[in-house]
Amino acid sequence: MVRIYIDQKPYDVKPGKNLLETCLALGLDLPYFCWHPAMGSVGSCRQCAVKLFKDENDATGRLVMACMEGVRDNIYLSLTDATAHDFRSQNIEWLMSNHPHDCAVCDEGGSCHLQDMTVMTGHAYRRFRFPKRTYQNQYLGPFLHHEMNRCIQCYRCVRFYKDYAGGKDLDVFAAHNHVYFGREKDGILENEFSGNLAEVCPTGVFTDKSLREHYTRKWDMTMAPSVCQHCSLGCNIIAGERYGELRQITNRFNGAVNGYFICDRGRYGYEFVNDPGRVRQPVVRAENNEKNLFESLNAILVEGRMIGVGSPRATLEANFALRRLVGEEQFYQGIPENEARMLNKILAIQHSGHVYTPSLKETEHADVILVLGEDPTNSAPRLALALRQAVRTKPLENISGSNIPLWHDAAVRELVQDDKGELFMAYPVHTKLDELASGSLHAAPEDIARFGFAIAHYIDTNTPRPEGMDAQTLESARHMAGFLQKAERPLIVSGMTLFDVDIIQAAYQIGRALETAQRKAGLCFVVPECNSTGLAMMQAPSLTAAMKAAETGNFATAVILENDLYRHGERLEVDQFLSTFKNIIVLDHLAHDTVRKATVLLPAATFAEGEGTLVNNEGRAQRFFQVFMPKNENIRESWRWLDEFRQFQNGAMPNELRELDNLLEELVAAMPQFKGIERAAPPSDFRINGQRIPREPHRFSGRTAILANVAVSEPKPPEDVDSPLSFTMEGYRGMPPAPLIPFYWSPGWNSGQSVHKYQTETGGSLRGGDPGVRLSGEGLHFENGFQEHVPPAFERQPDEMTLVPLPHIYGSDELSVRSPSVESRIPHPYIAMNSLDAERMQTMEGDVLQVQIGGELYELTVVRKDEIPEGLAGLPYNLPSTSGIAWPAKGVLTKALL
Amino acid sequence: METPLTQHISFDRPCYNLRDYEKNGGYQALRKALSLSPENITNIVQASDLKGRGGAGFNTGMKWSFVPMNGHHPVKYLIANADEMEPGTFKDRMLMEGNPHQLIEGMIISAFAIQANISYIFLRWAYKKAGRLLKHAMDEAYAAGYLGKNILGTGYNLEMYLHTGVGRYICGEETALLNALEGKRATPRAKPPFPQVSGLFGKPTIVNNVETLCNIPHIINNGPEWFKSLGKGNDAGTKIYGVSGRVRKPGLWELPMGVSMRELIEDCAGGMANGYAFRGALPGGASTDFLVQEHMDIKLDYKSVAAAGSRLGTGTMIVLDDHTCPVGFVHNLEHFFAQESCGWCTPCREGLPWTEKILLSMERGEGRPEDLQLLEMHTRYLGPGNTFCALAPGAMEPLQSALKYFREDFEKHIDQKKCPWR
Amino acid sequence: MIAQETLTPEEMEEIDHEIALVPVRRAAAIEALKIVQQHRGWISDDSLHAIAGYLEMSPEELDSVATFYNLVFRKPVGRNVILLCDSISCYVMGYEKIYGQLRERLGISFGQTTSDGRFTLLPNACLGTCDHAPALMINNELFRDVTANDLDEILDRYH
Repeated sequence: MVRIYIDQKPYDVKPGKNLLETCLALGLDLPYFCWHPAMGSVGSCRQCAVKLFKDENDATGRLVMACMEGVRDNIYLSLTDATAHDFRSQNIEWLMSNHPHDCAVCDEGGSCHLQDMTVMTGHAYRRFRFPKRTYQNQYLGPFLHHEMNRCIQCYRCVRFYKDYAGGKDLDVFAAHNHVYFGREKDGILENEFSGNLAEVCPTGVFTDKSLREHYTRKWDMTMAPSVCQHCSLGCNIIAGERYGELRQITNRFNGAVNGYFICDRGRYGYEFVNDPGRVRQPVVRAENNEKNLFESLNAILVEGRMIGVGSPRATLEANFALRRLVGEEQFYQGIPENEARMLNKILAIQHSGHVYTPSLKETEHADVILVLGEDPTNSAPRLALALRQAVRTKPLENISGSNIPLWHDAAVRELVQDDKGELFMAYPVHTKLDELASGSLHAAPEDIARFGFAIAHYIDTNTPRPEGMDAQTLESARHMAGFLQKAERPLIVSGMTLFDVDIIQAAYQIGRALETAQRKAGLCFVVPECNSTGLAMMQAPSLTAAMKAAETGNFATAVILENDLYRHGERLEVDQFLSTFKNIIVLDHLAHDTVRKATVLLPAATFAEGEGTLVNNEGRAQRFFQVFMPKNENIRESWRWLDEFRQFQNGAMPNELRELDNLLEELVAAMPQFKGIERAAPPSDFRINGQRIPREPHRFSGRTAILANVAVSEPKPPEDVDSPLSFTMEGYRGMPPAPLIPFYWSPGWNSGQSVHKYQTETGGSLRGGDPGVRLSGEGLHFENGFQEHVPPAFERQPDEMTLVPLPHIYGSDELSVRSPSVESRIPHPYIAMNSLDAERMQTMEGDVLQVQIGGELYELTVVRKDEIPEGLAGLPYNLPSTSGIAWPAKGVLTKALL
Repeated sequence: METPLTQHISFDRPCYNLRDYEKNGGYQALRKALSLSPENITNIVQASDLKGRGGAGFNTGMKWSFVPMNGHHPVKYLIANADEMEPGTFKDRMLMEGNPHQLIEGMIISAFAIQANISYIFLRWAYKKAGRLLKHAMDEAYAAGYLGKNILGTGYNLEMYLHTGVGRYICGEETALLNALEGKRATPRAKPPFPQVSGLFGKPTIVNNVETLCNIPHIINNGPEWFKSLGKGNDAGTKIYGVSGRVRKPGLWELPMGVSMRELIEDCAGGMANGYAFRGALPGGASTDFLVQEHMDIKLDYKSVAAAGSRLGTGTMIVLDDHTCPVGFVHNLEHFFAQESCGWCTPCREGLPWTEKILLSMERGEGRPEDLQLLEMHTRYLGPGNTFCALAPGAMEPLQSALKYFREDFEKHIDQKKCPWR
Repeated sequence: MIAQETLTPEEMEEIDHEIALVPVRRAAAIEALKIVQQHRGWISDDSLHAIAGYLEMSPEELDSVATFYNLVFRKPVGRNVILLCDSISCYVMGYEKIYGQLRERLGISFGQTTSDGRFTLLPNACLGTCDHAPALMINNELFRDVTANDLDEILDRYH
């Protein structure tokens, strides 16, 4: 700690920081624009001016930019000094000289950092009397709206988009007061993190285009802390609603997980909640027609002989409630056997004690990275952004002797130049991260696994050595082994994307070989869905096993929880499976083929209409909270439906209102591996000064009129029995515990920039610790030893192509494809292959091929990718038009007849 | 009076080729320098008190001494800043067109002193003739073994490239120049890291003005004491002084450091042109404060000019006469600076166009009384340290001094609702 | 996709020479723009794409550089480009008269091109020949001590 004096008051503060972040961490208000806690200082906006004095006797001092000055022991500064104050106010006047003053019709209004800072500095009346400069706006695609006249040229957008996220199609053009931020010409912004610009931009230049479709001011939204549903990483989000419609997703800071940024799938995928085609009403079909819902259910449930199919995209609570309903023996994971086996292996590895599972944040600090069989940009996008930071910031270690502080981004980048950390990518096709990689291997899954075994062998010669590998691949394996051994924080990223269990084993063997007394290697596994890990921890048999069990004909009823089985198996198999049941109860919110087979269909709540717990890929249990009470009372959380079923089963009409907390208690009692899960969030009876945490800002408007079309009296707000949050604007106005932060707000700080008020230090953890609990997995027993067997090399098949699934950020996730903005970015279904294979088929790029996979025929457009080995072809994974493939798969190609 | 820089310059004949240059003592300094240690050269230059002639006036040898010489930096660069674009400044053009080998020799010695193996001349696009002559001189120097591998058998290697800019005043700022050389937008960089440690492509780099580098061979040949003895006032050496505007004979002269403004205007430039009276002058380019009649006898060296409230800058003077409107004069300058702002930091990007617009409105008779306060506010807040680089503070120097010395002219514009000169 | 213009072998050879001198391809960006402008008079969107592709940059990255500088022409220019110095010494020495004369003579203001494509007129910051103000450049030639009377004779040399 060092002592600094701010306006004569002494403070003991952490060294190594700049004055701006120090002042903010001390709770002092100092305006800024270009500085960003995740991106550091560049000194362009000149907004955070303070007076710095030579010593305590210096009365004159000089203006400095707080973001460009480091904390030093015994320095004297002033924020309130008249010159500093005037300069800050003047700086705002400059910025506002060309700003359009269109706050009333600006999407940023009410959560605008520029508004906040303007008020903070005291600038009120403009003296600039000349015409303002104006710009043409650009079309930037479905995610962002562009309004350049509002720009204050802080350069944050290009620094985030280009430097931080690696985008190439946004830049700054021209010079002096004509600088322009946009694309070379109109077009879709290609980077997967472009939506963050809406939060990074301090004013309304880049705004959320999907919000625009149903615009609401921030202060008019009902908001809740939530967790992203669109991949396994579990990024924290804030979801906002008005008039029964989900309106916006923004980043919710979690220092251990997503930090300040989320991906565009997470930000724009939410509109499946508003999908007009979704399941909203209970439906009873066929012979049950004459009965009402409750009679039908009663009849079915009392009859017994049920099988339960769980879901990796449903909450732990829902899966547990299903298991309890149908009995442990009859509960199955809704995923195929090979996926279940891979997940089990991953769990075994994570709990082996020989490797280390890093948090997402920790992956940003890896010094050598090997990606084995994953394309994080598409399978776990936020991880790709984290890996990018690791590669980018690794060279900072070399400049530690230069006296340049790491927050000084402008200087650091001059010193680092084009240096990068070590990253190796092994994947069948070229990925976006390849551009950062020092090496890459494009190979079939088997050969990626063999490459992994080779690396392990070079680290520890007691492990098996793959035979018959070519010299060049062996050499890069040896090379990589050397880098990993020398690394202080080596990281291996792998996962299930390629459906190859040997890849996972190879990753483990490398990690295990790297284990020393001083350090364990980090192993980060990407798994398919937001709760794949949680479901796997329940240790239930697979969907394949359920199919086998159903063949006996012992079951009258299948209860299928939030799962389109047709996405997890071949159509014929699933048809066969479902045909064995008299009753098919389906709980879901999405309309899909399995829903269409339901005899009883129950509308399930989406993540926005209910709450529950998910376990992310690292084993972190995180709670998301209900955002709003659906107007349609038939929509309930699946776990609540299932809990009611149990009451039916016991012969009673459901009347007991159950709380989530009770269910969690039972869950932990039944499965000790989930011990600690209750700590993911405070219990429902948690209060501060007897008060709940309001989901609505205190400026929430129209409460008495919001339902005036229904009734003129002000309705009683819905009650929340499951959480300490309230559906009103009343309640505790101070800082809630981290897992319960429904939105960021602080007096004078209406935009999301107020997050620093919630942090222990600027950019650090949230006060009271970042939300989520890493589950110990107590009681889970696994074995995962060394594997002596090395899989044989890939070989081209004479009559068919071996297929590999290639996930796509926009398209491969079941939920987000129902969001119109995401839907518009789904790739055309294609088959990617080597030119030699294409020539063998006498096809050219753009031709359509018919591909016979299992019992299904797919029409796919040929895309040539020469990095793919001959005999192997890539197919977009689980697009709406390419689902129903049992992976791994082979296909017979024929030319489509015109 | 010694005029080392211009002794071999005459525009009545073609500039010296290599043979003529050598015949007149050219490249002798290089031969001598190569026999000295690099540190020794830096010490000599530092002892000579040569100050940077680009405007900042920092001790050249001291600047070189910050370059790490520990052998850990195999790549280093030396760059001649020939991007002369300060309005009213035209001295480097004369040095390059008049005697290109002098610059090249100075560069080789300087590069050797910091052990750089690559050098650039960053030349202004408009200087076509200088470009042609430099290219030819470089070819000659390569052919003669002064450039390239194993220079004069000493084992020292130096490549030299000519880079022409594409037009931006800010390229004259040394870190912006580095960005331009790297093929980027020429926005200034943060300092530290200083270019001496992390410059072009992140390698140690020295950027020196053309005139500064041209002095080096003479200092090596004649020693630091000789160089110091050349100056008349507080500073060492000679200086290329210039005068433009309504004087009888605008031009450039090499004079001892510290001649007076009177000597320069009256003796060299022949006094004011017929019918024109002196009102003031910017002593060292567009970004320096006005000096007026009362300053006629101050010495034009760094310290004396600073004491008079201005800067020696580039030493090329622009004279304001009584037929030229001071407001229009300053408007022209602020228009230039507003256009040439790189757009990186707020006060410069937004403040300069504002001052320009106010001055223009005054010229059009639309000025308001409160405009004077707004202009003064800008001169106060666009000061050093408040902006990212020195462009805007420089832009404020002529404005703040014009407000001081010619205030009644500004007021007349506002009171009469017109420019009295139009 | 727009039909993409490609670089000529000559342009590529010249650009390759510049690339060889710098540690990363994109560092040759300004040189490449100059080379192509030299050949084509200006940098069209197609030319920009072609250069960007050759330097392994995105069009945005290259245009960001191109639009920063005064003398990279992103709009077509006439066969001859007149750069009239409008800086301080030329202001004092009366460049505005020259400008008036040029406007009258050519019928264009700063930033415009004559309808026959013969001249583009641009303002230019100080040409560094202040002792011979006012000054202007046409293409690569410098004219100093220009008077209104000289203009016709000067302009007549360019077609």
